[in-house]
Amino acid sequence: MLHSLNPSQQQTGGFSFENSRRNAVLESSLSEVGYKAPKARKTGTTIAGMVFKDGVLLGADTRATDDMVVADKNCMKIHYIAPKIYCCGAGVAADAEMATQMMASNVELHMLNTGRPPLVAMVTRQLKQMLFRYQGHMGSSVIVGGVDVTGAHLYSVYPHGSYDKLPFLTMGSGAAAAVSVFEDRFKPNMELEDAKKLVRDAIAAGIFCDLGSGSNVDLCIITEAGVQFLRGYDKPAQKGKREGQYRYKPGTTAVLTKTETPLSVDVIDESVQMMDTE
Amino acid sequence: MLGETEPQWLSEEVKTGTTIIAIEFDGGVVLGSDSRVSAGESVVNRVMNKLSPLHDKIYCALSGSAADAQTIAEMVNYQLDVHSIEIGEDPQVRSAATLVRNISYKYKEELSAHLIVAGWDRRAGGQVFATLNGLLTRQPFAVGGSGSFYVYGFVDAEYRKRMSKEECQQFVVNTLSLAMNRDGSSGGVAYLVTIDEHGTEEKVILGNDLPTFFDQ
Repeated sequence: MLHSLNPSQQQTGGFSFENSRRNAVLESSLSEVGYKAPKARKTGTTIAGMVFKDGVLLGADTRATDDMVVADKNCMKIHYIAPKIYCCGAGVAADAEMATQMMASNVELHMLNTGRPPLVAMVTRQLKQMLFRYQGHMGSSVIVGGVDVTGAHLYSVYPHGSYDKLPFLTMGSGAAAAVSVFEDRFKPNMELEDAKKLVRDAIAAGIFCDLGSGSNVDLCIITEAGVQFLRGYDKPAQKGKREGQYRYKPGTTAVLTKTETPLSVDVIDESVQMMDTE
Repeated sequence: MLGETEPQWLSEEVKTGTTIIAIEFDGGVVLGSDSRVSAGESVVNRVMNKLSPLHDKIYCALSGSAADAQTIAEMVNYQLDVHSIEIGEDPQVRSAATLVRNISYKYKEELSAHLIVAGWDRRAGGQVFATLNGLLTRQPFAVGGSGSFYVYGFVDAEYRKRMSKEECQQFVVNTLSLAMNRDGSSGGVAYLVTIDEHGTEEKVILGNDLPTFFDQ
């Protein structure tokens, strides 16, 4: 018996696509007049993570874009999931935010249920199962990194629900720029200072070479000992100081002649308006 | 960010665009895969192991959509665990392949992944099953993924019956190397898994250790 979707079956739960036909009609009629339909705001990001000697290092830029306009110059893309598990979100800003918040509450419930600190693998599994369930309509790409009882781990999860476990990862529109820095200089078991410099350089590559990324570099260092969140670790794209001045000092131009013409003005109308003062 | 000209891979589904192969010999099976995962024209993982364990002596090779394939493998891994506890012994390779086939067939409209299931069990020794599109067929060897099209001629010409374990491993490595050379969506390193009654052996062959052919 061939399995096929019965057209008379009502789809309950999940996303409602009732408005998609209306939206399509609206979009075509808008484009006739020259307008474009509003698009979901993507963070247009560079996020990166790497495993170093003592744990995991996560990095992100801080620009949020709305098409070609910078909507937020200093947004936070590194989100808290558990005391020693953080994640960076790229893709559609709202989806990434919601997905990470759901993970954070699921992890808290799981911790209370099992009485154990969470594993990074557990967070990754719940996240990817949720994203797979939404079949890619939740457009968030996430890098999950943390330290648990089994060690330091780093995972990336894509919007359709696939995941990769690697020693270094980059995601977002600036990923290509950032991964090139990692491919050149990454070594296993790097020291903290070298690792910080490497992640900073990778994010800086994204900031300079990708239009969707910019502003500052945020770093998050997760080790067995604890978490260090370095917000605004580096500000490579600072506004330059203005060197010159357009105003001229009085006396720059010599005065040759001076003529004074008094204007005689008559009062023709006088009106008083009362102001409402308490 | 450039609006509609944003990089393809931001919206593209992640595919494994792969070469996978499994071949049985007297007493076991050999599975092989490349390691490239692509999203659009970008490689997102160059060292992914596409040979996923379903049980101690049953592995599957993933191809197609990465999310779909990983999810199917994970679900069948769970179902096999339950099944083997219920029957009280190691599951048959045919059971694993049937579980994969059931998911592939029921959701064939929604999924786009092809898994080759291969392993060893006490009753029938080494077996290779193809589960493309929801069929279940046992074959002496099976190839799959985008790179397989480039090597159908090679495997058809080079396959001989009753090859030994080492000959099978060499056959798999040669096939993978040829496919990785020609298929843009396959590349990286080659992963090999050999399963027989004594155990499971996993091996990685790095790029420069792969066999070379006339043009290299």
